Order: sequence, then structure tokens, then C-alpha cells
Amino acid sequence: MDALEILFTASFWVAAIRIASPLIFATMGELICERAGVLNLGIEGIMTAGAFAGWFTVYSGGNLWAGLLVAALVGAMFGLLHATLTVPLGLSQHVVGIGVTLLATSLTYYTYRLALPEVTSPPKIEPFQPLPIPGLSSIPVVGEALFTQTPLTYLAFVSVAAVAWILYRTPIGLAVRAAGENPSAVEAQGISVTSIRMGAVVVGSALMAVGGAFLTTSAFNSFFFQMINGRGWICIALVVFGSWRPGKALIGAILFAAFDAYQVRLQQISGGIVPYQVFLMMPYALSILALILVARRATYPKALMIPYQKGER
Amino acid sequence: MRLEPKPAPSLAVTLLFPLAAIATTLVLTSILVLAAGASPLSVFYLVAKGAAGSQFALLETLTRATPLIFTGLAIAVAFRAKLWNIGAEAQLYIGGVVTVVLGTGALPLPSVILIPVIMVAVMAAGALLLLGPAVLKTRFGVDEVVTTLLLNFIVLLFVSMLLEGVLKDPMGLGWPQSQKVVAEAQLPRLIQGKRLHYGFVIALASAVLVWVVMKKTVLGYEMRAVGLNPEGARFVGILVNRALMKTALLSGGLAALAGFSEVSGLKGNLTLDLSPGYGYTGIVVAMLAMLNPLGVIASAIFVAGIFVGADAMSRAAKVPSYIADVMVATSLLTMVVAILLTRFRIRWR
Amino acid sequence: MSSNPVLRLSRISKRFGPLRANEAISFDLKRGEVIALLGENGAGKTTLMNILFGHYVADEGTVEAFGKPLPPGDPRAALDAGIGMVHQHFTLADNMTVQENIALGTQSLWRMRLDRAAARRRIEQLSADFGLAVEPAATVSTLSVGERQRVEILKALYREARILILDEPTAVLTPAETDALFRTLKLLVAKDLSIIFISHKLHEVMAVSDRVLVLRSGQLVGERETGATDRKELAALMVGQEVKPAEVSPVKLGAPLLALERVSTTPYNGAGLDKVSLTLTAGEITGLAGVAGNGQAVLAALIAGIRRPTGGSISIAGREIADWSPRVALAHGVARIPEDRHAIGSIGDMSVTENVIAERYRSPRFSRMGFLNWKAAGRFAEKLIADYDVKCPSPEARIRLLSGGNMQKLILGRALDPDPAVILASQPTRGLDVGAVAYVHRMLLEARDRGAAILLISEDLEEVLALSDRIIVMSKGRLSTPSSRGERSIRELGELMAGHSGEHSDHAA
Repeated sequence: MDALEILFTASFWVAAIRIASPLIFATMGELICERAGVLNLGIEGIMTAGAFAGWFTVYSGGNLWAGLLVAALVGAMFGLLHATLTVPLGLSQHVVGIGVTLLATSLTYYTYRLALPEVTSPPKIEPFQPLPIPGLSSIPVVGEALFTQTPLTYLAFVSVAAVAWILYRTPIGLAVRAAGENPSAVEAQGISVTSIRMGAVVVGSALMAVGGAFLTTSAFNSFFFQMINGRGWICIALVVFGSWRPGKALIGAILFAAFDAYQVRLQQISGGIVPYQVFLMMPYALSILALILVARRATYPKALMIPYQKGER
Repeated sequence: MRLEPKPAPSLAVTLLFPLAAIATTLVLTSILVLAAGASPLSVFYLVAKGAAGSQFALLETLTRATPLIFTGLAIAVAFRAKLWNIGAEAQLYIGGVVTVVLGTGALPLPSVILIPVIMVAVMAAGALLLLGPAVLKTRFGVDEVVTTLLLNFIVLLFVSMLLEGVLKDPMGLGWPQSQKVVAEAQLPRLIQGKRLHYGFVIALASAVLVWVVMKKTVLGYEMRAVGLNPEGARFVGILVNRALMKTALLSGGLAALAGFSEVSGLKGNLTLDLSPGYGYTGIVVAMLAMLNPLGVIASAIFVAGIFVGADAMSRAAKVPSYIADVMVATSLLTMVVAILLTRFRIRWR
Repeated sequence: MSSNPVLRLSRISKRFGPLRANEAISFDLKRGEVIALLGENGAGKTTLMNILFGHYVADEGTVEAFGKPLPPGDPRAALDAGIGMVHQHFTLADNMTVQENIALGTQSLWRMRLDRAAARRRIEQLSADFGLAVEPAATVSTLSVGERQRVEILKALYREARILILDEPTAVLTPAETDALFRTLKLLVAKDLSIIFISHKLHEVMAVSDRVLVLRSGQLVGERETGATDRKELAALMVGQEVKPAEVSPVKLGAPLLALERVSTTPYNGAGLDKVSLTLTAGEITGLAGVAGNGQAVLAALIAGIRRPTGGSISIAGREIADWSPRVALAHGVARIPEDRHAIGSIGDMSVTENVIAERYRSPRFSRMGFLNWKAAGRFAEKLIADYDVKCPSPEARIRLLSGGNMQKLILGRALDPDPAVILASQPTRGLDVGAVAYVHRMLLEARDRGAAILLISEDLEEVLALSDRIIVMSKGRLSTPSSRGERSIRELGELMAGHSGEHSDHAA
């Protein structure tokens, strides 16, 4: 098959949308945090913890949706830790974020080893199955790509719509956006900046964890060490690339995933002339490139990474 | 709740804070040990014994501390200027690559010349690797956290490519590993027959040098000013971007030395598991030291001790050695809170 | 009924470390009354209002609104009790629309949908009723300063505020906008709202209030019916003694030292410069008056070296300088006292010693071969602390622990050492207590008598009038022709500040 033909096959786009799904969840999570003014570098670790929590719940006999719920709760707990340290205490969001990632990752590995001391290859679970939407899924290419996915992928798209609606159409969304732009505007209207920011980080972290759980309960059927593999960091780049807007970030995630799916297929047809590592590097390199392209004209939330103390102006 | 700045406590009190942070960490991680069905006291005793209970254990801890001193210094320097270098892992590997490229026979030089040459080249490579993100930060406003993080993945893939390609050891039975460096490029052992090598001495010397730079020189002053208040620094005539570039060069160079020291002093060749995350652990080392270069020595030894001790402990008790990573991550978070409390008092109303 | 106060403050006290911001302040506000809270910068007016509004918690004392005690530290409770506050620094989110800013927090946070249509109708109604024209769908970042203030007032009215607090509302307004604001206030009072008007400008206080409360150093030092007092008495109360102008010796003009020739810049914290020409002459204080946001900030930043011109030239002692920067400015003997001593003028977490050498650390005096001479630096810090009578625990203390006045003295000491040829003093007394203000004025006058060329930029017209040998008014990024001491009346200067005159000139000022 030639390199261009790939782009017009349904299987390619099915894969792209599947690869995009965890990124969409986690990107929406990060976007909520940053819109409220908090950079959450805990994302990589929170996704790891979510991946494990979701898988382990199902492995221990829970159903898939229970797995998702547990993952979200675990994510929310790490979010609460991050928020407590960065919002009322105003600690460096960089250092705390890295700390939360290290903690969440190491706790996950510790728990895994504790629960499964002897295993060499990780046990499998029965993951979410594709759920074709009748009618829509028979539209060639586009329909197949979008509507033969697992329920979790549909949920990912719903999460984008929900985040967009909440941010732009609800009172609490106004407060979140204002908290990231000028927190004193929020306080002057009688709303606690601390609560809004902490709430955003907790909810955002829960979404990140669901993104992680997608990998173990929908894309694959098991938990591996290192399975997040930088996806969290890529989501941070996607938020910037999407100019902190849910719709644009969604497009960014799909573009990125399409590229990722494409490089895997290029690898297969390149016949080994180019080392496979070059292809694997591309998604990371692409993220950096995207950041360079948009950073100049990005209108980032003005209070991002700036701690707020009550009564401060 | 409000935070109010307060006068800096005396040095003695300041030193109590890391201890309090460590104590808190032990209490918190006890819960995990209990979850494993073991007794925290005996587990922590085994960790301590494994880290410092014998000459072998102690030397092993110092060996493990060596790369952590380098990456810890790299982070301490960068974070002082608020240059968020999370890419020490990549810089470490590039240091390893340069060591192997120059040290496997390409330069027929005696040891006293070859090793300094390699060190200079290693530092230059690491420095250049961080210069990229620093330029992107100052010229384009691209956050260096994300770029340095992503570069870690790119560089690791690059190293993997080299180890399966041009740098692959033909005698390596197909493993992705490089040739051994020649004898002239090896750092001698400090004690005959033990693993501790001169890399440790170089690390100590680097820490002292970095301390002098930060404390006594114009460059260190500029770096600190830029980190604390870039606008204010610019106002008094400090060239902020230039100071950040110098910081990046120094930080990247120091992190790359970790790779050099591991290859030349310990492993002899480059493999994909040269570093079990020394670049990331360096962040914890630097924070535990409150970004003080001399403190980095102590905190690197402490962190290395936890890892070495936990390995020994997990063989004896049924507690996974990942407890070490949890302890290290927890101590990072308790430490930042402790540092906050040295400088602010919390008022609840 | 009307004898019952709508607001009652009882013995409010608040300290920040050693500073007594408020001490046992009590007063009542009646329905339909306008109280002016008068006091110098740093007298404690803003602190008091922040306590009232719940941003701060008082150490002692209580607030009662409409007969009910107000829980401390809760802006929400203040809003619910019908108190609205228009802050000196606007509390608006620039990325959102006027309507969104106003609606923020007025509907239950858990509603699934923001009711936009109702909000819009109400805003339009209020705009019409009180003469507060503003487009609800406009994004705040596109609004002028005057429009933003109207949004702030609308925010309070939208919440049905019965008590409106305005903190220095005219500082950012032109005289015409000020008049419009006063008309709005009259309409509000006619609807039985009560108003607290915070100001340090006597003529406004006289124009707008029913009653005046005077604060000095955190204490309530006087209360007068506006009709039964005059500006002279209020001024005396405010300052604590007969206002006597600083002693000014006759000018001994020297050579022109710093000259801007048709300099333009991009906007920065207000208007940009538009072909501004200005010459500073040795032995003379040039005062720059004007409404905030008309280009003073960028002019100060330009002379300080942190902004570059987009056109025109800068010369020092007749020589044009091509590459202008803080380093070049310092090397040519330009001393800078920045407007914001916390954000720009100091590095809060560095020690006093480290801060005082900041402009000279590369000179042979403080460093050699790249190594700093901490002994010399420490001696210099100790000398400044002694010479300027700075109260600080030690030269090793972090500078952020110092009070504003002490910090400003150190910045002044740093700038004036050794005798600079040119001094840029941007809002040099903002937020200082009366004693510190007098000290700064004396130092500037002494420097002038030693032959320095000084540019004094201040929003405080009284300060400009007291110190300047020559006054220039800035408006919309341009300069008026200069006038010598006493030449123009306050009224004439006010008109120039509003940009109402053809006197603007591209030529020599």
C-alpha cells in the first residue's frame, strides 16, 4: 500500500480515533485546570494511577464502569493533593506537579507489586467492546471511524462538549475562566477563588485518570509499567496548541493521533530503511514543533501559574 | 487563610526543616509498609542497614549517589534561575553517548588528557541540549517544562537508535549496547576492588565549584536575581535572557557529567538502562537540599541510601522495593511544604 | 427610620506586622448619604474598606449592615448585605464580556445554564437609569478605563447594592469623566443609595460629599459636615499640621543633560508616546502631571531603559545614544526610582545588601574578575542604612520584610549614590506615610541643589506643584508646553490634563 492511500482507509481512522480518545480525556482535564489558573504537571502520574486503578478494579471482579469510577476517584484524590499544595499554599506548580507525578507513579508500581508479587506478564481483563452505532456506522470511512468505537470513545467526545458547555454556558464556567484570568474578579463577586481553583484541579485530575483508564480498559486489556509513556506531557502541549479552547484542543488531539497512527503504518511500509526509532520520535518532535508555532500568538490565561492570596490585587 | 512572610530562621532551625520533612515522610510511608503486612520499624531498620550498615553498603550508597549529585546540581542551578529543566535525564544520556563516541578508541590519547577532553565535550553536548529549550523559552515563549520533558523521550529513542546502529557493539551478542570504553577513558576506582570510583570525587568537586559560583560570583548573583524577580533584575541592568542561557549551559553540562561518570567510572559502556531515572530523581535531590549545592551532596547520599537500602530490604522483607520511589516522591512534597514554612507563617484568619 | 444607619463600623483595628493600618475606627453611614473618606496615601483608607468588604479580617471591631452584624472575611456576605465595592484596581476578567463579568457570581453556581437574556435586559435598564453607557456584549479588554469603571459600578448595582464604596475612583479619570461619574452618584443618591467615596483630593471631596471623615496614620482624626468646613481645615486635618510647602531655594540652571527628541513608543500600561520631545536641565526639577494612563508609565520605563523607542532619539549631554538599555542609562549617570518598588524596584527575597548593590554589582567597587566583594557590599548597605535612617533588622534581612517607606529609602539611597546627573523619580511617594514623603521630597530637592536634572512623575498634583521648577502636563501620550513655578493655575493644569487645549506641541518642552 502506498503512503497516501493509508489516509483514506477506514481502519486507519478507526485507529486514529482510538489513539486520540485517552488524549482527549486528559487534555480536557488539563484544560480545566489551566483555565482556572493551575498548571497540573501531575498529569503523567495521574494517568498512570488511573490506568492501574481502572484495570485493577476490573481484574478484582468489578465491572468496567466501576473501574472507570474508581479511576476517576483516584485521579480526584491526587488532584486534591496537588490543589491543596498549589492553591491555598501557593507552592510552585512546577515542583508540586512533578512531585505528584513521581508519587502517583511510584505508588501505582508499589501497589501493583504488592497486589501481584509473583506475576511476570500482567494478567488480562475483558475490556470495553466496540459498540457500533446502528446506521451511522455504515457511512463509509467517516462513519466507520467515528461510530464503531467503544463506549469510552463516545464518552471522550461527550466530555469535550460538556467541558465546552460548562466553560462558556454555565455560571460555574464563568467563575473558572475568570479565576484563570483575574482571580480578584472572582473574589470581588463573592466567590472563593480557592474553591474554584481546587474544584477545577480535582475534576480535571479525575478526567486525566479516566484518560489513563481508557488505555487499560478500552485500548488494551492489561496494565504495563511505563504505559503512559509521555502521553500526559503531550496533552499539556495539546492544551497550548488548542489555545485553551476545548474544540481546538479536540482537533489537535485527533491530528496528533492521526499522525501517530500514520507513523506506525509508515514504519511498516518503509521496510526498515529508516530506523523505527525515527518514527517513534516524530510524535514528540511534532508536539514541540506545534508549541513553537502557536506559542507566540497563544493567548494564555493571564493568571496561569500565579498563586492567589485573598485580598491581593 | 493567609501566608505572611517572616524573617528567615537561624541556620540551625533551617536545618531542622529537612529533618521534619523526612520524619513526616517516614510516618506517611509507614502506612504503605503496614499495608504490605510488615512492621515499619523493622523495614526502615532494614533500609538503613542496607544503605549504611556495612562498608559494602556504604560504598554502594556513595556509588549510587554519584550520578545523583550531578543531576541534583544541574537541577539546583536551573531552578535557582527558575529555568525548569526537567530534561536532566536526556542530558545524562547525551553525556553517555559522547563518552562512548570519544572513549572507545577514537582519540589515542593518554588518560590525563583524554578524560578532561571527554569531560569538556560531554558538558558541551549537555549544555547544547538544554540551550535549545532555553532559546525556545526566551525567543518564542515556549514553556521549557514541556520541551525538556518531551526531549527526554526523543533522546532516549535516539540513544536506542544509536545502540542498534552505529554505536552497537559487534561483540555484544545482539544486545543494544555500545563497546566498552578503552582503559585510558576509564575513571579509576577509589578503592581497589570496590565499585566506588573517581566520579564521586569529581561530583564533590563540582558541588564545591557550583557553590562558589552561586555564592561568590557575579554570574551566581545574576542567576538568583533572575530567578527571584526577572522584571526587577532587568530593571537594574541584568541581561535576563543571557543569564538564562548561561544557566542552561551550566545546568545541561552538569547533568551530562552524570552520564559520563556512570559510563567511564562504573558501567564501562552505554546501555538503555544507564539511568533508572536519575534525571527525575535529581529534582528531589535538589529540592531536599533547598537548592543549595553543598546540600545536594547530603541529599544525594540520603536519596541514594533509600534506593540502595530498599533493594536490600525488599530481598529480606516482603515489601516491594518501589517503596523507595514512594519515599523519595513523598519527601519532595513534604520538603516543599517545609521550605514554605521557613519563610512564611500561616495565619488562619 | 432614616435615623437608623445603614452601616455601622465599631472600633475596627488592623495591623500588618508593626504597621497599624487601622486603629479603633468607628463611624455610621446613613441612608442616602455620601461620606467622603479623606486621607493621604497610606492613611489606611483602602485597608478599612477591604475589611468592610471582607477581603481582610479585622483584628478587632465589628461591622453592622442594616442592623445585622457582618461576618468577617466573607466578601459574599458583604455582597449579600447590599454592599458593593468599586476597587481602585479593577477586578474584571479581560477575556470575558461585560455581561459575563457582571453576571459572574450572581446566579447559582450549580445552574446548568447561564441566563443571558435576562442579564442583558437588566444591564441595559441599569445603564439607562444611571447614565452608565456600555455595550454588554463587548469584551472587557477592548474597553477604555472610564468604561471599565462603569462596568464596575454596574456590577454593584446589578446585585442591588444599597451601599456603594468607591476607592479613589477619579485617579484614572479625565475631568470630564469625573463629572459624569459625579452625575451618576447624584442619581444613585436620589434612589436612596448610600455612598462611601474614598479620595485624597480635597476639591472632589468638597464637591461630592455630605460628610467628610479624615484618616491619618490609621486613625480617624476628624469628622466634619461638608457644608461646615473648608479645604484648608481638611488639609490641615489630613496632614496633621499646617501644610507648609517645602522650602525651595532659587533655581541655578546648568547645562541640558538628558534630551528626548520626537520620541515615540508602543503603548504600555496606558497610552504610548507620540513624538515627545523633552529636555532635562541640570539644577531643575521638571514635574510631569497628568491623569494616570496617559503615557507616564511608558515615559518612565523609557528613561529607565526598560523600554525602547520606536522612533526619535535619546541623547545625554548632547551625545545621541543609539543603544538604550538599563545598563547604558546607569552608565550615563541616570538614577531611576521606579513606580513600583515591589515588582520592579527590589528583589523581595534577596537581602538588603544584595538589593543595594543591584545597580552597581559589576563595578570594580563591588566585584573583581567576576567575583563579588561581599565585604564592600555589606559596608555599603550599612552606610545606606545609617545615612538614610532605615529601620531594618540587619543588612542580611530579606528586603520584602521592610515597610514601604524604609524600602523606598533604600531604593533612593541606591539611586543617589554616587551623585547622579539625572534622576527619574516615578511616583516616588506613592503609599508612603507623611514623614517618609517629606524625607523623599527633601532628598530630591537636595539633589537638585547639587545640580542634578530631575524628572518627577506624579499623579499627585499637589506634589508636582510643591516641588517642580517647571511643570509639563501629559495627555494622550503627548506633552504640553512647560510652565514655570506658579505660572498656570490648578484649573488651567486640569484642562491640560483633560487634553482640552491646543497647547500640545511637538517642539521643545
